[in-house]
Order: sequence, then C-alpha cells, then structure tokens
Amino acid sequence: MILRLAIASLFARALTVGMTVLAIALSVSLFLGVEKIRTGAKSSFADTISGTDLIVGARSGSVQLLLYSVFRIGNATNNVTWKSYQDIAARPEIEWIVPISLGDSHRQFRVMGTNRAFFEHYKYRQGRVLALAEGAFMADLFDTVIGADVAVTLGYKVDAPIIVAHGLASFSTHKDQPFRVSGVLEKTGTPVDRTVIVSMEAIEAIHVDWQGGAQVVGQSTPLEQLREMQLTPSAVTAALIGVKSPLQSFALQRAINEYPEEPLLAIFPGVALQELWGIVGLAETALLAVSVLVVLTALIGMMATIFSSLNERRREIAIFRAMGARPLFICGMLVFEAVVMASLGAVLGVIMLYAALSGAQSSIDSNFGIWLPIEAPNLRELAVLFLVVCAGAIVSLIPALRAYKLSVADGMIVRT
Amino acid sequence: MAKPVLKLRKVFFRWPGRSSFSLRLADLTVSYGEKLLLLGASGTGKSTLLSVISGTLLPDQGSVEIAKTEITNLSASARDRFRAEQLGVIFQQFNLLPFGSVADNILLPLRFAPIRRNRVKDAKSEVARLCAALGLPVDIGREKASSLSVGQQQRVAVARALIGHPPLIIADEPTSALDINSQDAFLDLLFTQAQTQGTSVVMVSHDERLGPRFDRILHMEEIAEFKRGAA
Repeated sequence: MILRLAIASLFARALTVGMTVLAIALSVSLFLGVEKIRTGAKSSFADTISGTDLIVGARSGSVQLLLYSVFRIGNATNNVTWKSYQDIAARPEIEWIVPISLGDSHRQFRVMGTNRAFFEHYKYRQGRVLALAEGAFMADLFDTVIGADVAVTLGYKVDAPIIVAHGLASFSTHKDQPFRVSGVLEKTGTPVDRTVIVSMEAIEAIHVDWQGGAQVVGQSTPLEQLREMQLTPSAVTAALIGVKSPLQSFALQRAINEYPEEPLLAIFPGVALQELWGIVGLAETALLAVSVLVVLTALIGMMATIFSSLNERRREIAIFRAMGARPLFICGMLVFEAVVMASLGAVLGVIMLYAALSGAQSSIDSNFGIWLPIEAPNLRELAVLFLVVCAGAIVSLIPALRAYKLSVADGMIVRT
Repeated sequence: MAKPVLKLRKVFFRWPGRSSFSLRLADLTVSYGEKLLLLGASGTGKSTLLSVISGTLLPDQGSVEIAKTEITNLSASARDRFRAEQLGVIFQQFNLLPFGSVADNILLPLRFAPIRRNRVKDAKSEVARLCAALGLPVDIGREKASSLSVGQQQRVAVARALIGHPPLIIADEPTSALDINSQDAFLDLLFTQAQTQGTSVVMVSHDERLGPRFDRILHMEEIAEFKRGAA
C-alpha cells in the first residue's frame, strides 16, 4: 500500500517528476553515448590498418613512421632505396610486401604510389579489404584510384582528369602528364579515403623530366615514350609487410632495424597505433569528464526538485506523521522516490541511446568512419547505470534529511 | 468517575529556540467514552496541546498518560508507534493524501500499527462498513481522495480515525470547513460511531455553538497558560 501511495504521489507530480526523469535520461544517454563513441573511435582507430605485420621506412620515430605511412600526416625524413627494398623483399620470412611512395599531392589530398598488391593486402576493420564503389583498378600508367572523400570533396567521377602537383601545397604541377580517374573506392573510415592512389611507375614517370624539385626547363618527354620506358623506382617511402608466420616478425623487425646498408626502421602497426592513441586519447578523457559532470548536474537538478517539492508536501508529510509514520519513514520515502526517478531516468536513457544509435549508426559510420556496435550493455555500462541510481539516492539524502528535521519540528500542526 | 483514557499532569512545553513561546497546563483528564470540547480562540495553544497529546511534541516537564502508558518515557519512534496504535487523528481539512484511493487513506494508520491492524479482521469489509456507517457511497473506497467533496473527505478522515478501534480520537477543528448543517451531521456520525466503539473524542475548536453536543467543555484560557511572541 505504501508503495502504491508513493507511486501515486509521484504520478500526482507527473510533470516535474517527468522533467526530472527526462533530464536524468538525457544525461545518462549522453554519458553512455560518449562512452560508445569513445570506444568506437578507439577501435576504429586501431582498425585503421590490420593484417599488416610490419611497416618499414627510413629511421625516425615509430609514431612518425606510422603517421606518414598510414595516416598521410607529416613527411618522411628520408626514403628507402630501391635496393634496400628489394633486399628486404627477398628475405625468407616475407609473405608479401607492398611499396608506398609519397610526396606529391592533388589539391589538399596526398598522392600515393603503390602497386596492385596494395588493394589485396591493405586491410582495415578486422580484415576488410578495399572495394571499388565504381570503375576499376588502375590499368594504364596514368590511371588513378581515388578514395571516397576525394571523390565527394572534389566531385570526381570515373574518367575525370587529374593533374598531380609536385610536393605538397605546391604551384609546380605535373601538367604534362594528366591522370585519369579509373576507379573510386568505397568509404572505409581510414586515411585511404583521402588518398589519390597511382602506380609506382606513374610516380617515376611524372618525375622523369624533373631534377632537384623542379622541371628541367624545356624538357618534356612525350607520353608515348614514357609508356615504353623501364620505370624502375629508385626509392620508396615506406613498405607494408606481411610475414609467413607471426613468430618471425620479431626476428624480421630486428634484422631490418640492424640493416647495415641504410638506417631503417620497422614497426608493428598495432603497437604504434596504441602509442599514438596514448597521445590523441587525452581528448577522450576530457570528453568523459564533461559527461560525468552532465550526469551530476542532472542529479543535482533532481535534488532541487525534491527540495522544492518539500514545501508543497508538508501537508502530506504531516498526515503520514499523524498516522504514526516515523521521521525515518519520511526520509526513506523521499530516497525511494529519488531511486525510482533515477532508475526510470537510467532505463529511459538507455532506450534513448539505442534508439539514437539505431537511427544514426550507418550515417556515423559513413561520415566519420566510426562503427558503433549496437549490443547489450556491457558490465561497465551496467555499473555506470547502477552508480547513477546510487548517486541519485545519495544526493536525495540531503532533502530527505531536511524533511526529517521538518517533520520532527512540525509535529502535526501544519496548516498550509 | 470512569477510568481515564488521557491524563495530563503539570505539563510544560517550550518551543525549542523560542523561550517566550510556551504552554503550561496543570491538569487534564478525559474518561473512556467521554466527548470533550476544548474551546479557545486561535493562539491559545490548542494545536500545541494536541501535538503534545499525540506525542509529536515532547513536553519539557510533566506527565502525559494515555491508556495507562506514560508516553513521555517513550523514545521518539516508540511514541510514533504508540500514536499509530492508540490515536485517531482528524485535521481541520486536507486530511487525506489526495493522490491515494479512499480505501488506502482509511487503512493508512494500520500500516504503522500492527496491533491495531490485527484487530481489523477483513480490511476491505471494514472499510465498506465504516463508509456505510458514515453515510458515504458504498463503493467510494476505490475513488481517488482528491475527487471527493470537502464534507466527504472529512467523513473519510473519521473512518480513518475510527478504524481498528483506537481508544482516543483527537480532532483539530474538523468542522470548520463545513457549513452549519453539515457540521451537525458530521458530529452526529462521529459521535454515533465513537460511542459504538467506546472511543473518547477530544476536539479543539473556537466555535462555542458546538458546545451542547459534548459531555464536557473546557476553555483553553482556564486550563492552560499559553505565551507567545516577544516577552
């Protein structure tokens, strides 16, 4: 009966109680949403490159190598000579090796030279391979495959012409050798989306007439002639490596790092990604802190609601007291109400989160490349919900104790 | 003289923190089955006296004995329990929890009084019996308390005070919200049922016209010394 009366009392104040529950629900779904995005972003980040055992480049730092070879951020300090590349490629541990050549750009996007093996071996999000949204992989020397963001930003379709600029943010262009878009890749949520991919040979070809960063004046080898030339690269920027057995990757890494002819660096992409996340992950902590504060704000809002309800409920409290209810009972009733409101808020918050997730999941994936899985709340999230309810009970103790004091002092003579 | 259900001796109560606000009462005795009217204008300490009798306020000095129990010796929670077991309480108005059903309101004191609850064999039929005896519609128990008229609410409050046969009912101006005709009918119903159960009624009021209906009338000014305000 008391339970029925307590619930009926909440219903009688449906509007304020509803608003309080809604505020808690919103804060809970914000908090859990931030958690989801955080873990989703982290795993999407870690999934930027998978299936590659080692990345090799000129000796620098592991994060730097990862940044320019995978994320196309910053530049290589040096190149790897074609001879070193071939030496590594010839080692027995190697299952496959894909060269990467960077340095040129098209508009704001990096141009990457590689070979067909890249499309086979570059994998993301636990083993997904790159797929074409339209067109075909490069067939001609001056064919290019562009990432989804490149296509959307610049409005390119298959057969669109592309002039590659020398270097980054440069005014000198390889205008004598225009490229043709042969294919557009599907959105991956990785830096590949922002990359213009050409063949290694094409990188060589457009630099035939160049020396020391500028085109030799008056020299322009005709395209037909270029197509017939032996376009062996002189260097690569980095290389992705797959080994035959994971056990061999440590030995191979050591061998590459100790390569006598040239200072090289081999890194495990997973380890370097973790290192990098350690740096960019600071933001996630800040985000988490903010959402904790939002939950606290909602709970304090609930406390304020209970406080302000005390005045209009002095009559109700006096009736309970006159019927023989102890002050502790009044106190417990208010805490119970807070627990009910916080629980309703937590449950509603979870429902709202899942509703929002199921609505926005695919568009978040395609726009930000973050995959947010819809799954039953994990232990951590359940613990968070439980904590919210507990915090609600604790916060409500303050008005409850006030009601306790009032009910002791008032006795039964409340005439409001 | 009949056995006393309520006996107050040399009671002195002072509001904590307000030394000039005090109530002093030398002697008050109420017998079983007696109907007593305490008359007094507002500000003569009627409500304070009722709070002392009900045990929600503890006097600084003196003795308050109800049904042979000295309640000033009881702990605060024991006094709460005692009140639930031994007293029926009727307020001036707004007696009921507006969001609860009539039946829940009537049964509320039993929730805090196990002995009194055991005296009620079948709660549902007892509610129906009391409602019928007090001239309320038969199936009013399911109604929400807030949907009742003021007169009906006061009668439900009487039913709540009577349920489980407590020896004493204290009422704080229960008729002041009613018109004169309803006042008479209300007192008729209250006294009839209280008499059937052998329950004493102590009512405070400022309305002298109610006097003839009671066994005894006491004037607050004569039995108690009440001080308030700066002194």
